[in-house]
Amino acid sequence: MQGKTIKTPSRGPMGRMGRNVGESAKDFKGAIKRLFSELKSYRILIAIAIILAILSSVLSIFAPNKLSDLTDEISKGLVVNKDNLEKLSSNIQDNLSKKISNLNVLQNQQSDMTTEIPEEMKNILFEDLEIDGVKISVDDQYEFVKEMSTLNEGTDANTLYKKIDEMPESIQDLIKPVMNIDTIKAIAIFLVGLYLCSSLFNYIQSICMVQVANRFAKRLRGDISRKINKLPLKYFDKHQTGDILSRVTNDVDMIAQTMNQSLASLVSSITLFLGTIIMMFITNWVMAITAILASMIGFMGMIAILKKSQKYFVRKQTELGNLDGHVEEIYGGLNVVKVYNGKKESDKKFAEYNKKVCEANRKSQFASGVMMPIMNFIGNFGYVAVCIVGALLTMNDVISFGVIVAFISYVRLFTSPLSQIAQGLTNLQSTAAASERVFEFLDEEEMSNQKEITKTLNKEDVKGKIEFKNVVFQYDDNDKPTINNFTALAKPGQKIAIVGPTGAGKTTMVNLLMKFYEINSGDIKIDDVSINELSRENIHSLFTMVLQDTWLFKGTVKENIIYNRKDVSDEKIREVCKEVGLDHFIKTLPKGYNSEIGETDAISSGQRQLLTIARGMIEDTPFLILDEATSNVDTRTEELVQKAMDKLAEGRTSFIIAHRLSTIKNADLILVMKNGNIIEQGNHQELMEKQGAYAELYNSQFEL
Amino acid sequence: MLKLLKSFTKKEWLLSILVVLLVVFQVWLDLKLPDYMSQITRLVQTEGSQMSEILQNGGYMILCAIGSLFAAVITGYLTSSISSNFSMKLREKIFTKVEELSMNEVKQFSTSSLITRTTNDVTQIEMLIAMGLQLLIKAPITAIWAVTKILNKSWQWSTITGVAVVILLGVIGLITTLVIPRFKKVQKLIDNINNVTRENLTGIRVVRAFNAEEYQEDKFQNVNNNLTKLQTFNQTTFSIMQPVMYLIMYGITLAIYFVGAFLIENALMVDKLTIFGDMVVFSSYAMQVIMSFLMLAMIFMMLPRAEVSANRINEVLDTESTIKDGNLDKDITDERGTVEFKNVSFKYPDAEEYLLKDISFKANKGETIAFIGSTGSGKSTLINLIPRFYDVTKGEVLVDGVNVKEYKQEFLYNKIGYIPQKAVMFNGTVSSNVAYGDNGKGEISKEKIKEAINVAQATEFVEKMENTYDAHMASGGTNVSGGQKQRLSIARAIARDPEIYIFDDSFSALDYKTDSILRKELKKYTKDATTLIVAQRIGTIINSDKIIVLDEGKVVGEGKHKDLLKTCEVYKQIALSQLSKEELENAG
Repeated sequence: MQGKTIKTPSRGPMGRMGRNVGESAKDFKGAIKRLFSELKSYRILIAIAIILAILSSVLSIFAPNKLSDLTDEISKGLVVNKDNLEKLSSNIQDNLSKKISNLNVLQNQQSDMTTEIPEEMKNILFEDLEIDGVKISVDDQYEFVKEMSTLNEGTDANTLYKKIDEMPESIQDLIKPVMNIDTIKAIAIFLVGLYLCSSLFNYIQSICMVQVANRFAKRLRGDISRKINKLPLKYFDKHQTGDILSRVTNDVDMIAQTMNQSLASLVSSITLFLGTIIMMFITNWVMAITAILASMIGFMGMIAILKKSQKYFVRKQTELGNLDGHVEEIYGGLNVVKVYNGKKESDKKFAEYNKKVCEANRKSQFASGVMMPIMNFIGNFGYVAVCIVGALLTMNDVISFGVIVAFISYVRLFTSPLSQIAQGLTNLQSTAAASERVFEFLDEEEMSNQKEITKTLNKEDVKGKIEFKNVVFQYDDNDKPTINNFTALAKPGQKIAIVGPTGAGKTTMVNLLMKFYEINSGDIKIDDVSINELSRENIHSLFTMVLQDTWLFKGTVKENIIYNRKDVSDEKIREVCKEVGLDHFIKTLPKGYNSEIGETDAISSGQRQLLTIARGMIEDTPFLILDEATSNVDTRTEELVQKAMDKLAEGRTSFIIAHRLSTIKNADLILVMKNGNIIEQGNHQELMEKQGAYAELYNSQFEL
Repeated sequence: MLKLLKSFTKKEWLLSILVVLLVVFQVWLDLKLPDYMSQITRLVQTEGSQMSEILQNGGYMILCAIGSLFAAVITGYLTSSISSNFSMKLREKIFTKVEELSMNEVKQFSTSSLITRTTNDVTQIEMLIAMGLQLLIKAPITAIWAVTKILNKSWQWSTITGVAVVILLGVIGLITTLVIPRFKKVQKLIDNINNVTRENLTGIRVVRAFNAEEYQEDKFQNVNNNLTKLQTFNQTTFSIMQPVMYLIMYGITLAIYFVGAFLIENALMVDKLTIFGDMVVFSSYAMQVIMSFLMLAMIFMMLPRAEVSANRINEVLDTESTIKDGNLDKDITDERGTVEFKNVSFKYPDAEEYLLKDISFKANKGETIAFIGSTGSGKSTLINLIPRFYDVTKGEVLVDGVNVKEYKQEFLYNKIGYIPQKAVMFNGTVSSNVAYGDNGKGEISKEKIKEAINVAQATEFVEKMENTYDAHMASGGTNVSGGQKQRLSIARAIARDPEIYIFDDSFSALDYKTDSILRKELKKYTKDATTLIVAQRIGTIINSDKIIVLDEGKVVGEGKHKDLLKTCEVYKQIALSQLSKEELENAG
């Protein structure tokens, strides 16, 4: 635990995001299964989201059909009303032939209509016509015949249209292309409704998933936080803070994010994909196979790239991690790097890592950059394939034009979800990897349950006797016990000091007493009650503990001193701070007791330690443990604190672990530990006379 | 941002120009596609079209598509090269800059912030350049080109497209103004989550000892709630983007067709076909225009974030190190191993109060000088002036009779063996850590390393480690204890063979016995070296040639242990707080 300061890591998890991208789960199926079973309580929301996603996709599939209907309807407005044209021609023709048979006089002139014929002649030749409710005058008929007669067999549409534009109004009315504006309006309104519904469904679906993802993330974070306080301390000996932190933030974030994006989009993409395939096959199977084959070629290429690039993404993260590590190391030890002229060495290493990051970046960047163009190409390729095969089929009269138009849309619809499915699957993989890590943590074995707890010791009634009886304790990973057959007795009100070299097991003793770890055999008794019969909370409430770690959190001085206690008056805080000699210092801070800790460098490690001592002194408990509590304070201050603590320890049983032997000279009982055993006990006088380990330790401080 | 781009080399500019040309080519091809498409559509829709015509147009279209794909692939290759190379150089620049900064500047930035600036911020810039080179160039070119193609076709359709663009930009603008400031807040809240969790983890024993589990959980739940609320809001707001885009995209096609129907209806027969063809082409170009604006909007959403990163990077690059390197790289006096302070005063550049006031003393060759004083008395600051972690505000610090400012730093450091308060270990092996750096005397031999480790009382545990001297050392030395780290860091100084040792409270993690043996061995080994020691324990310094007592940045006593006991009240108090009267008199 190096947490002397609780510093805000300014490199937020955002920066590290994507660390898990590409990291694959050990057991993908298991992780996903577990994830879904954990999501059970949100099943209604998820079901709604999925149904809406499907609906929205189905609507999307129908939209292009309707759009091509609209196009068809509009293109009707391009084609001359052939029925009417023929009717008109034949009517005029009929009339003419009738009249001409009656009037042979004019027979020779009939062949040449272009020459102007007199007015009365027209009236003789033509008579008023009415077709489809449109009256056509004799003059108009004459004009029509005149214009039409200039046309030969092979004239193209354009010339015809030009002629039509020059014809009299009545005839134009009759044969002009007509589009059914009402139908067009109806289709347009229908489409607007369809689009609106589809996007509305999509939006509601998104909101549902956002809710699910965030609620789930919140729950997971909460679970992790609670879990932290349920794990035995030995777990934290083996696992790094950073690792657990990254589970709370990075992994949970990853789950929330990918779930938000992958689940719904996966469902809608698959619906779109399958729906389009079905629609394609229903419409025409030859075309369907063409479209699918054409897209598949491109899709294969994409999968190949995706698979290959996966490696680069992973490498990018690892290389970046290496670089990060080096930078962290060098910046952290910059003073040493400078004074030892290590700059060249570190520059060389940095360049090496940097080069690798650059290389990996280039490749992964390239891979992801090429994705889009490939997708575009697949779309275009499919388009052409469908058009060509479609045209072939049309010529052989297998399908109609409308089918081609429909397929043009299908190809579009078909290729776009493919990339989304691929993306969704990678996301899901990341989700699996992240959730595996989270669940792994949540499944860690918790502290033993406290069923056999039968007794409760009341803080006010405890006399203060503690007895260690043949205590044996071994850390899980060690092959030798750390504490071996430890036996000692602390009488009420005594001051017990534990000394010995590093690794002798001093702190372990305290950890056992506080029930942070479970002893393997033997017993510890508080007022003749075994700690096995007491709950951890009960034991903790009896002890005041001040540690070497100057653990302060972000908050004001006052909050740090009060901590979780309630109803602590300002006077009490003042009083305690005065006792440890902090009051003056705190008053010099800009906001006094309300100054924020953590943002200012104004607080030295010694002052930090005094604050933790003050925190311990706020409450009265029958026992006091000071584990190297004054090692960061200079000796003059220590003396001050010592006095305060002696006062604090009055009438209480106290345990003191200290490097500085001056701190403990006046202890009632000094336990000298080595390799988990007590090798000497007694008070200072007795131990000095013994000329043993203690005396040697004590005298060493005066040697050169 | 632009300032950073100035560092583009000629080659990078050339490549960028090439990218622009390729993008222009790509856009040209992309915009040709709709022409062929409408050709094909027309052919398919017209009865009696020739198959060969369709094939021909299809072939052209595929050629265009392939051409565009190739152009895009080459562009992708070039941009990824440019951006990754650029970021590599930028990282290197920052890294070397940071190495040059004085400890004061490093402290002002804070180490963790400097790390973020070197890695994360550069990544942000890299992403922007990679995306920017493609999108930022492509989008406007596409937009402008597409607009010119459709400009004179119909004012009705142009209006529709214009309205769609305005709606698109409006929605994006609204969402961004709503969400972007909250995004920044999210970062803070995530930091809070991190903080509270870290707090719980680092203080796990305190939390349990105080039965404060519930307190911590409440605290966590509080930040957790805040984060969730904000995230939900952000994501919900952002979710509206996709449906709106969908609506705009399809809406614009529908609108163009719908208006097109009336245009066709009212047109002369001759113009009808042309208008229909135009309508199909127009709608696909309009889509291109919309897409371009969408891409531009995306860039503009990325821009502020990258801008922030760029500013943070520039802050580092623009910081002038207050420590200017000298140019003396050989000895010009006959003095060796001397350190002299002449009326030295020091305060931090922005501070009001002096940390050290008018300090003068001289350490001669082979002498041991100790500094003692309570926390905050300035003893660490004082010896940090020798390796120029900070420069004096007034007065002079002389090493071997020459002002430290005149030395080339590398040369000065070859004279010094500095052991910091907090032992620093690098990723590598035990040996690589002890032989760390360069002392101007060639590579440090294996025997020398062993010897140094032995003097530093580290042989015992090193030989117990797996692979002994080549044992792996984790970054920060997390696989060895504090005391072991400290001994290795002392061995590192010994292996350098310096003229002057500087111990900045470097014995604090050792127990008394190891401390005393180590110093005894060291004294034997380094008879000629000058030693400066900052210490807390009286025992550590009791036999020094000279003890300098500091109090609130001033020298309040100077002399040997016994004399100081009589003459210096502060010293006496410190000594008495550690040892009894008799012990003090017997010792030394």
